[in-house]
Amino acid sequence: MVEWTDFERQTIADIFGKIDYETVGAAALSRCLIVYPWTQRYFGNFGNLYNASAIKINPMIAKHGTTIVHGLDRAWKNLDNIKDAYTELSILHSETIHVDPDNFRLFSDCLTITLAAQMGAEFNADVQAVVQKFLTVVVNALGKQYH
Amino acid sequence: MSLTDRDKATVRSFWAKVAGNTEAVGTNALSRMLTVYPQTKTYFAHWKDLGPKSVNVRKHGKTVVDGIGEAVMKIDDLQKGLLTLSELHAFKLRVDPTNFKILNHCILVVLAITFPAEFTPEAHVAVDKFLAALALALSDKYR
Repeated sequence: MVEWTDFERQTIADIFGKIDYETVGAAALSRCLIVYPWTQRYFGNFGNLYNASAIKINPMIAKHGTTIVHGLDRAWKNLDNIKDAYTELSILHSETIHVDPDNFRLFSDCLTITLAAQMGAEFNADVQAVVQKFLTVVVNALGKQYH
Repeated sequence: MSLTDRDKATVRSFWAKVAGNTEAVGTNALSRMLTVYPQTKTYFAHWKDLGPKSVNVRKHGKTVVDGIGEAVMKIDDLQKGLLTLSELHAFKLRVDPTNFKILNHCILVVLAITFPAEFTPEAHVAVDKFLAALALALSDKYR
């Protein structure tokens, strides 16, 4: 089981308490599709992804970005049992959507950069360390049911 | 994933913004890396202070980011341009190349914080490709 310090718990709660899920979700997912274009393979039915401009204004992508960031809710609300909290989602990503788990890491990096841009100087090294740890644990849990 | 002419133009113009700020960006990226990825501290056991105010961290942060600036000027042939630095890293420093990816990520985070409006996804992809190519050139002489 992962151990979390008070500072880590507080930092995570603060961040999810104050971000705008729609803004952050849309920005993170569109960034991921632009920076790592091979990730577009999972979005064949999402309309126009022809270039960066199209991706940035695509409403289906924006909506899905929000869905993904809300997918993190079950992690910060269950810090002491993230592994079990993600069993269902892990099976979904493996057996239904067939997503290469390396994509979770790519999206995490884009989410980190989006949060950094939003939070500015407040996103200091200690905060980044917490976010890095949190996202690594989630990414791990999401990959657990792949076989 | 080779650099297109457009990538190179994007990198040159974006990096011009970093030019006046190399110590600040470098110190931030390096100290961040040492905190977020503590395994990287193993390369700096000879420094007493690893915090962001450390003289060593500031000086080395500037050295690294200045080095990246030099690489931008040699962007058309990174392998040739970084030959000496590659030999240094391969035979003397022997930094495991995984760490280049780690530092690159920290640099991107600092760029997002320092230039939130200009570090668009388009700028991000060009800079990320460049830093990856730089890491490859830096590890060229390793074996």
